[in-house]
Amino acid sequence: MTENQPPLTSDEHGHLLRNMVLFGRLLRALGVPVTPTQILDLVDALRYITVRSREDFKNTARTILISQFEHLPLYDQAFDLFWQAREATELLELELGALIRQRTQRETKIEIPPGPKSDKNDDSLPESEEPLADTIYTYSAREVLRHKDFDQLTPDELDEIKHLMRKMEWRLEQRRTRRKIQAPHGTYLDMRRTFRQNLRYGGEPLQLTWRKRKLKRRPLVVIADMSGSMERYSRVLLKFIYSISNGLENVEAFVFSTRLTRITRHLREKDIDVALDQVTASVHDWAGGTRIGDALKTFNYEWGRRVLGQGAIVLIISDGWDRGDIDLLRHEMNRLQLSSQRLIWLNPLLGSENYEPLTRGIQAALPYIDDFLPVHNLVSLEQLGLLLQKLGEHKPTRRQHITG
Amino acid sequence: MNLKENFASIDQVQAALRRQNYVADRSLTTSIYLALKLGKPLFLEGEAGVGKTEIAKVLSAMLDRSLIRLQCYEGLDVNTAVYEWNYTRQMLEIRLLEAAGNVSEENALKKIFGPEFLLKRPLLQAIERPNGIEPVLLIDELDRADEEFEAFLLEILSDFQVTIPELGTIKAQQPPVVIITSNRTREIHDALKRRCLYHWIDYPSFEKEYHIVLAKVPEAPQQLAREVVAFVQELREADLYKLPGVAETLDWISALVALDREDLSDEVINDTLGVLLKYQDDIQQVQGAGVREILGKMASKQ
Repeated sequence: MTENQPPLTSDEHGHLLRNMVLFGRLLRALGVPVTPTQILDLVDALRYITVRSREDFKNTARTILISQFEHLPLYDQAFDLFWQAREATELLELELGALIRQRTQRETKIEIPPGPKSDKNDDSLPESEEPLADTIYTYSAREVLRHKDFDQLTPDELDEIKHLMRKMEWRLEQRRTRRKIQAPHGTYLDMRRTFRQNLRYGGEPLQLTWRKRKLKRRPLVVIADMSGSMERYSRVLLKFIYSISNGLENVEAFVFSTRLTRITRHLREKDIDVALDQVTASVHDWAGGTRIGDALKTFNYEWGRRVLGQGAIVLIISDGWDRGDIDLLRHEMNRLQLSSQRLIWLNPLLGSENYEPLTRGIQAALPYIDDFLPVHNLVSLEQLGLLLQKLGEHKPTRRQHITG
Repeated sequence: MNLKENFASIDQVQAALRRQNYVADRSLTTSIYLALKLGKPLFLEGEAGVGKTEIAKVLSAMLDRSLIRLQCYEGLDVNTAVYEWNYTRQMLEIRLLEAAGNVSEENALKKIFGPEFLLKRPLLQAIERPNGIEPVLLIDELDRADEEFEAFLLEILSDFQVTIPELGTIKAQQPPVVIITSNRTREIHDALKRRCLYHWIDYPSFEKEYHIVLAKVPEAPQQLAREVVAFVQELREADLYKLPGVAETLDWISALVALDREDLSDEVINDTLGVLLKYQDDIQQVQGAGVREILGKMASKQ
């Protein structure tokens, strides 16, 4: 206990404890993961500080309860709100209850998967019991669907696509890390094991054990254009991004039209519809104008260093209709290419036969793109999947550019 | 040394940091104070060059304890972080024992896996207490290590003990003071962070940075110090790929002192910008017109 602080009465102490537990609940309801252990640590820490000093108490609770930079502003607000409204605790409890109920309701929303050709609206039988003719029909319908352009899909087909996408398997080329693991035919001698094993031969190294470098999947970063010109593709592309995020371990996803929004966390939702609803809610400028350069700049400045480590593959999905600064776009594309293992640009327009990449945006970006691929139907996605599997260990050979 | 007696309040810790020429605000001091009191590791995050690593050095001087540093990188493993056997010496010893003859196998084994053949790496050193006092353990730039090492570290931090099959378990009597830093180039796992006290170190305010400069580069003229700090503060508002940290401010003022400057001018700033900014794009953006604009802003504020 520190100098000249009147000790708390047991009444006050009990009150404080109760409030701290409530405060922990408030933080949890706001999405800050606070564990009971942390609350106990806080109680423990209070022995060492002047509880009556608001600032010290606030700092103490912060350093113990918060462990992520993103939660700091939220914490400050929550703290001020909570300890001002301390008298009105009951009111707060009520609000808390409402908040928590809201969350659980959202999570229990159940998705009923529509069967193939759901327009008939009857209870479809399990696949194995389908008559042969139907199976063939479904098969050829699927073949057609695979080649059908994304912007010509009917709502039913869109649903169907969703299921086909879910079944797609994504595999990314692996990279050799600097961590070493045991391997029978490795390239590095495992001294520790070799020595121990050969003790029985009097320390003569007769049997050698080896290690090799461990393989790990590369991270993938998706940056998708959701501006006005991409609107007809946006629904199905989001489903694609959801599918690839859930099919691979390490995916970061961003969308932009005039500004960049990170949607990685929303895509972790188990239910695709809930996930896409959350994405829709978090993006404020759907179908606005396109400023690819600005979006990429934000990405490079704020996210590049954090998500492009460990040889990341970058996927940009855009038609390249750009109304922003072209020089900026060129500049930021250059930087993005330099910091990524491979820069792939997917363009839905590339699917049509007479498309030529003549827009200013594409013209500016092309020299910095490693692979320029279509993304207009399922077949093009399958091709992308194949490319991602065999990217090779080294960066592709790139043209040098004069910067500045 | 008993921590509880020497640093009985946040104010005392702040004063002690001050004596080490480290300027810390109250919230950082609170985190340090609690780390000492509760015996928990302190996890520091912040941009590069805001003085995260420095805290460990200062604490080691302040507490009069040795500093043990573990620099992290991808693939960091037990062999380099905890211990390794000195194989060359072990093999040599085997030959010597053979030459001497009549040593039983059991005794031979005992000898070659004895402490004198053990190479102690930072984590084991920290647990073993060199000269009987718990050291300050700095685990630097944890974001550069991979998840495998993080998982291992989680284990070490929970009970501060290491098991070496040939020697047995070594346990720390008192946990060392642990400082972990991260530049946030990737997220560190929550489980690890929750075991620590967390503090985010921001770029300092004008007042704080000015005090840091005076404390660290006492030979700098006050006028120059004020102008340099004001310039850097303005520069942090600019749209740059990499903002200058406090470390850069200190480098810059040292450079200016070495050049015998009393104050800032267009010319000298343009010539020394490379000390402050480390990306060609950033230098190009600021050089010339950018510098004049910032100097203009500074003049209008005075």
